[in-house]
Amino acid sequence: MNPEPSAVDTVIDAVSAVFMVVGAVMSLGAAIGLLRFPDLMSRMHAATKPQVLGLFLLLASVGLQLRTWWVWPALFVAWIFQVLTVPVSAHMVGRAGYRTKHLHRELLTTDELEAVVQKAADKKTADGRAAGGQEPDERAAHDGPADDGASA
Amino acid sequence: MMEVVLTVTAVILSLAAAGAIVRIAIGPSLLDRVLASDVLLAIIGATLCIDMAVNRHLNNLMLLVALSIIGFIGSVTVARFVADRREHPNES
Amino acid sequence: MNRRRISIRQELPLLVWLVFVWGALWQDFSAGNLLFGALIAVVVARLFYLPPVELGGRFSIVRAVPFAIVFLGKVVAASFQVLYLAVARGPKVTNAVVAVQLRSHSDLMVTATGHVISLIPGSLVVEVDRSTSTLYIHGLNVRSGEDIVNLRKEVRDAEAALIRIMGTREELAALKQEVGA
Repeated sequence: MNPEPSAVDTVIDAVSAVFMVVGAVMSLGAAIGLLRFPDLMSRMHAATKPQVLGLFLLLASVGLQLRTWWVWPALFVAWIFQVLTVPVSAHMVGRAGYRTKHLHRELLTTDELEAVVQKAADKKTADGRAAGGQEPDERAAHDGPADDGASA
Repeated sequence: MMEVVLTVTAVILSLAAAGAIVRIAIGPSLLDRVLASDVLLAIIGATLCIDMAVNRHLNNLMLLVALSIIGFIGSVTVARFVADRREHPNES
Repeated sequence: MNRRRISIRQELPLLVWLVFVWGALWQDFSAGNLLFGALIAVVVARLFYLPPVELGGRFSIVRAVPFAIVFLGKVVAASFQVLYLAVARGPKVTNAVVAVQLRSHSDLMVTATGHVISLIPGSLVVEVDRSTSTLYIHGLNVRSGEDIVNLRKEVRDAEAALIRIMGTREELAALKQEVGA
């Protein structure tokens, strides 16, 4: 593809090599975070953030190595979709994790959600008793907004 | 130079995949395992990228785009399912 | 579902995005391909009807470009922060769940703010209350009351930046008043 390697080629190769190694290190960082953090919520931070930067760097190195302009829009689309979807899945997993009490309360310095959830739970049991055991639909009140925006 | 980069990234990504698999194996809860498998998917995406960059082809590009569009559906579904299941107070 | 007609102007950003994705996937930005893509985009947007995203009606590119650059820098910072915390502090890290009241009540603003703060350092959205547009943020490595204040300020700053880019005129006016006061 490149008959005579020039100085520019060497620089581009070096930059993409650095990008590739750093991108791989980001994946390793996610794995280390998964193994070392104490509870689900902190592991979620480790699982989401390095992924986005890692994929960005690796896609950039693909674009640099191929040296054609028409790859960049496809790479951009891939990254944008990643940016749009990663917070959605992190939010859903975190929400489920919080509700199923998958967190170590002694590791939290403050928790301003606990009182709200407690109130909602009390209200729900009261409602449930009044309605004869039927579960009220709480999804309307607490639906994640991320479901609506990301797909449109 | 590309051979060196390929070796280094292969080692790093293998270690990362091993870490994610360990978390899938020991993860105390279902959500931990879902999260770890998400990370494993991202690591696979990273290897696809590195393959394309080192060998200078675009065969995996569409796979990568599809991965980043629909890759999150699995964990969202499981998260929803877990939340629904645990609504019943009897099931600890 | 209420199938009221939405104007082509309101759909335009969606259509442009669909055409762009079409061109990117074919890796062919010739006029014929884009025209065919536009045709398919219109058919798809009519056939697979989704509730319209209510845009604020303005978009400031002058504000958007610096914001994108700062955002990218913050993503880099976030990744390295998580890496550092995972290696250096590991199991000893302390967290907090903080409630942050947002200014805007539009779904788009709350969603965009949630996305942005999920990707900047040390914060993740745990729960959303749409009726009061309150986000419950899980903060990584929050050790003192000062950290909580910083986290809250960061979230509100992100929202302010987004309002400056694509908020409605009312939101912008309210923001200006708040900053002036």
